[in-house]
Amino acid sequence: CLSNTDTCTRGGSTLLGYIGIDTIIEQMRKKTMKTGFDFNIMVVGNSGLGKSTLVNTLFKSQVSRRSAGWARDEKIPKTVEVKAVSHVLEEGGVKMKLTVIDTPGFGDQINNDNCWEPISKYINEQYEKFLKEEVNITRKKRIPDTRVHCCLYFISPTGHSLRQLDVEFMKRLSHSVNIIPVIAKADTMTIEERQEFKQRVRKELEMGGIEFYPQKEFDEDMEDKNDNDKIREAMPFAVVGSDKEYQVNGKRVLGRKTQWGIVEVENPNHCEFAQLRDFLIRSHLQDLKEVTHNIHYESYRAKRLNENGGLHPISCNDTQESNL
Amino acid sequence: MFIFGPQQQMNLEGYVGFANLPNQVYRKSVKRGFEFTLMVVGESGLGKSTLINSLFLTDLYSPEYPGPSHRIKKTVQVEQSKVLIKEGGVQLLLTIVDTPGFGDEVDNSNCWQPVIDYIDSKFEDYLNAESRVNRRQMPDNRVQCCLYFIAPSGHGLKPLDIEFMKRLHEKVNIIPLIAKADTMTPEECQQFKKQIMKEIQEHKIRIYEFPETDDEEEMKMIRKIKDRLPLAVVGSNTIIEVNGKRVRGRQYPWGVAEVENAEHCDFNILRNMLIRTHMQDLKDVTNNVHYENYRSRKLAAVTYNGVDNNKNKGQLTKKKKMEQEMEQVFEMKVREKLQKLRDSEAELQRRHEQMKKNLEAQHKEIEEKRRQHEEEMASWEAQQRILEQQKLDASRTLEKNKKKKIF
Repeated sequence: CLSNTDTCTRGGSTLLGYIGIDTIIEQMRKKTMKTGFDFNIMVVGNSGLGKSTLVNTLFKSQVSRRSAGWARDEKIPKTVEVKAVSHVLEEGGVKMKLTVIDTPGFGDQINNDNCWEPISKYINEQYEKFLKEEVNITRKKRIPDTRVHCCLYFISPTGHSLRQLDVEFMKRLSHSVNIIPVIAKADTMTIEERQEFKQRVRKELEMGGIEFYPQKEFDEDMEDKNDNDKIREAMPFAVVGSDKEYQVNGKRVLGRKTQWGIVEVENPNHCEFAQLRDFLIRSHLQDLKEVTHNIHYESYRAKRLNENGGLHPISCNDTQESNL
Repeated sequence: MFIFGPQQQMNLEGYVGFANLPNQVYRKSVKRGFEFTLMVVGESGLGKSTLINSLFLTDLYSPEYPGPSHRIKKTVQVEQSKVLIKEGGVQLLLTIVDTPGFGDEVDNSNCWQPVIDYIDSKFEDYLNAESRVNRRQMPDNRVQCCLYFIAPSGHGLKPLDIEFMKRLHEKVNIIPLIAKADTMTPEECQQFKKQIMKEIQEHKIRIYEFPETDDEEEMKMIRKIKDRLPLAVVGSNTIIEVNGKRVRGRQYPWGVAEVENAEHCDFNILRNMLIRTHMQDLKDVTNNVHYENYRSRKLAAVTYNGVDNNKNKGQLTKKKKMEQEMEQVFEMKVREKLQKLRDSEAELQRRHEQMKKNLEAQHKEIEEKRRQHEEEMASWEAQQRILEQQKLDASRTLEKNKKKKIF
């Protein structure tokens, strides 16, 4: 975004009157509203950690795979599958095509060796698709973006430490996609247990050299760094998801009703769902896309172009069908 | 044990007094004390240690001696810890068998094998102890109950759960528990339990079954328990004040989950069943069913030679052992002898060489002496010749002089 002060101080010329350069922000906003944008979020974790529920809660609608007609108690698949479901959401005139990518079967087998491979393959395939479109001679006006912008990794609330599988997955994928670890089913733990667990998990992530989003190296300026530092200190967020509403103190809230009380999902004293939602959607949504495009995609592209002497541009006749 | 067959029950004409028999048994048992071995299996972080502490109101796992989840382990270990609990004059020697590392790896194939091996080895020990001649001290370390902890995913059993239970339901009494039950709402819990029981039946897993009794009251209670299987438990030893009462529970910002509240979880049912009502039955089933299965399988595996193997089995193994021992001793002796022979050979060789050397040295000496001697001889001869020459010269000159004198 351009800022008023930048144009004024650079070059040293002071404006003699009001020109109207700042209206470009308004023009961009109008354009974005018209075109809408894509957001692709992937959820990874053992079955039963509340992934689908959380995604439904985040986007306040039934967008997960489960709601798309799948039975609640379907069998665990024998191998890891990658299933994507898309919905178009609209809010305040802005349209968003949200794609939720689910990974059933991850970590559920007895032998989970290499269960991250189908996921890694999927992510790279999306980069490949985008790359092929980019390299084309006649490019589409707007390349459909199916790249995974964000991967929510669900950590099981054991209360002790990360599991071996968690470390392996995050180590291998933190360089090709933005990973945001979350502690699932946070209503399992008391507040003290949660704090201890978070600290231990953060230490283990540090020891394993796992760079989760927001990555320290991509902080652009001091302001970013301060904001992101605060967020990094609070991560991984301990969340609870729910799509049922209950009456609490005269208000209707999303929550889980147990025999000893109601867990309020959006109450910051109960869990950190609100923090995650604000971070993910209200402040860093665009940044997630940018990091994916400028950093992860670029490194994939560099790798691909350096091997086999590079890609050849394809003519219009050979392109694959667009998947709008 | 007395077996009352389909005989006519006789009426006593007076008070005999054998109604006091149970008391005698009771007093003897109290004096002897009881033993119970309990195994806990499940992934780390499911609250196993906390539940054990809660069940027996003791700190078996404490910050100084942390539970399995806090210890670093690379492969599945099987560890046992013993604790002696006294209550009302009755002693209970409780052995808790842990399985740290179970299900924690990325590849968990065969992680149940150490557990199976452990159970079998305890059966084997008991079998050997039973077959010995001196049976006065027969410690019973057989695993009498296995609490299997299922993670509260809310969906169903994991492949690992199914595999484990399938392999162990014929070796030990399995009681499946839903761990950390305060994760789920009552509806979710109901559905989860139904799903689990369905899958258990589908896979024909035989979990521990409560014995049928004739007593109506007991049957009612048992049926209530059966409806709530698998039991969903919560463990805690922290005491919290709720409505003026002090209860054990877990404090959340939205309320307190009470451990001993029947509406919150099934902890009470588990505790009553495990300790207060069915402990003896668990031991009996282990002894009469699981142990007997093991025993008959083990003994039938010995080659049948027409003789009653049961008697000879113990001695057979003993004989075999002795045979092996003797063979080992024999081999050892042979090796020692060989070594000795080799040593003496080497010694001889060494001495031979030494002697040869000495001989050669002497030889050299003698040569040297001879040489010297010859030199001396040579020089002596030379001298002699010179002397002779001189003599000759002297005689010639004499003759010359003589001749000169004549003329």
